[in-house]
Amino acid sequence: MSNNNSYLSNYFHRNGRALGSIGYFVLLMVIFLVGAPEAWIRPNLHQSVFVMMPTLIFLTIPLVFLVASGEIDLSFASTYAVAAYVFALLVKNGVDPAICLVLGIFTGAAIGALVGTLIVVFRLSSLVASLGVLFLLRGVILLLSNSRSITIMEIDSHWIYPLLVGNFYGFPMQIFWAAIFVIFCYYFFNKHVFGVHVQHVGDNSVSAEQMGINVNAVKIKAFMFVGIGSAIGGIFTTMITYTFFPTQGFGYLLLALAAVFVGGTPYWGGLGTIIGAVFGVGIIAYMEIGIIAIGWSGEWRQFFNGLIILLALLGHRLHGERVR
Amino acid sequence: MENIIELDNVTKRFGGITALNKASLKVTRGEVVGLIGDNGAGKSTLIKTLVGVYSPDEGDILIRGKKVNAWNALKARESGIETVFQDRALTPQQSIVKNIFMGKELRYPFGFIKEKEQIFEANRLIREIGFTSKLINAESPVGNLSGGERQGVAIARAIYNKAELIVLDEPTNNLSLNETQKVFDFVLNVKKSNRSVLFIGHNIYHVYDISDRFVILDRGEVVHKLNKNDISTPEELMKIMRDTIGAH
Repeated sequence: MSNNNSYLSNYFHRNGRALGSIGYFVLLMVIFLVGAPEAWIRPNLHQSVFVMMPTLIFLTIPLVFLVASGEIDLSFASTYAVAAYVFALLVKNGVDPAICLVLGIFTGAAIGALVGTLIVVFRLSSLVASLGVLFLLRGVILLLSNSRSITIMEIDSHWIYPLLVGNFYGFPMQIFWAAIFVIFCYYFFNKHVFGVHVQHVGDNSVSAEQMGINVNAVKIKAFMFVGIGSAIGGIFTTMITYTFFPTQGFGYLLLALAAVFVGGTPYWGGLGTIIGAVFGVGIIAYMEIGIIAIGWSGEWRQFFNGLIILLALLGHRLHGERVR
Repeated sequence: MENIIELDNVTKRFGGITALNKASLKVTRGEVVGLIGDNGAGKSTLIKTLVGVYSPDEGDILIRGKKVNAWNALKARESGIETVFQDRALTPQQSIVKNIFMGKELRYPFGFIKEKEQIFEANRLIREIGFTSKLINAESPVGNLSGGERQGVAIARAIYNKAELIVLDEPTNNLSLNETQKVFDFVLNVKKSNRSVLFIGHNIYHVYDISDRFVILDRGEVVHKLNKNDISTPEELMKIMRDTIGAH
């Protein structure tokens, strides 16, 4: 009996935050369904959510790693655009899009590594330093692109287009890739040395260091992973819309961060949940689109986004204080 | 007797402060060395240098007679040195099993973790060190444990890794009598298996009881070394300590 109790309490300790976020998602669905059933059974509403979700997943899931490591990054919203710019510019100049894709992702990883190194080596506040990088990189893009967008219709005829963002019998391929990414990240975070080290480092970096974990290297790798995720998100969106535009990604800054925290990952480090984050993304995406779908004006959107974030935080509070 | 580790004239500075001044210390196989000294004597700095958390500014570190370069915590652990730090070096939000294997996870290729094997070993270890509560198993978070139990997890880590030298930094602080006895039993077991312990403590009586040899540290310097058979009572050790400290 008591063994059973300990099993349950351990299970709750490990999965409570993810379950909480699933609960909010279900609750939100029920509210929408009751509030506007006729809008809710129309498939095109869910289709537009599914167009938005993959991008948000590529941004949000790597942030779970970084937040669990005890850091934060805001610059990802600009990294997103820099990688997309590199991709679009190279495609426009006749480089094979598959190579452009790889180079774009490398750009994201390199920016992540630089931001991470800057923060870790000089012991800067990741919140403030990455805010600086956010503006700096956005400035660089605006200057380089002369604030002009780049259209890449030619991508349509290349094999990577149907493979990555095409339609497979009505099913958008980016959802498939996002699902693969989520499964990979689930194992990477929970069952891989990197993910476990991320949690140790975020929990107590002094202990981790004493046990021989290279704390700085773990943190820099987490920043790199955020850079890679942003690059994938940026490039996918650019391909879907056939257009790079210089302000792209900015709108995702707060949404992706909100999804991390609504998803149940606490801000203080050491803990994180990939499954929770997926449902966090679901909540944010449905809020964005659902409010309009049920016939309310767009002005309500931000209000409800804020409300959801606060309610979610209060709910996750049930999992208790941080243990030390 | 083989030297497991030797510190040769090691100096460590923090800014303008010399925390460790030409300190030398060795631990040979199968002995228990007690390191004593007042607060601020440099015990912690000496330990952290010995186990690779700090790198020395001057002097050499020798493992089994061979000089090592770029000494760090990972190298120390790979050389068979495990440390039970004063703060236990635990991550409280993580499970017992994750803490026991922290930094030395059992791995499949590509860095994936052998979770089942780790949980099995961790459950065996926590029974071995005498966790009796049925509410605790390998997957319980460390944050729910008492001070003595946390100490147990830190010791389990050292047991699992079959260290040749186990460094215990103030291991009896904040422990009940019963728990203190468990730590002593553990030290004696390690010694019996021909492995070594470096025991750091405030409590002279604890250190006296358990150690074969004593090293007295004061203001970053090793000021006295003596064997247990040089003295007959802990009071004598206390007197020697009082006389040497501040006298040099």
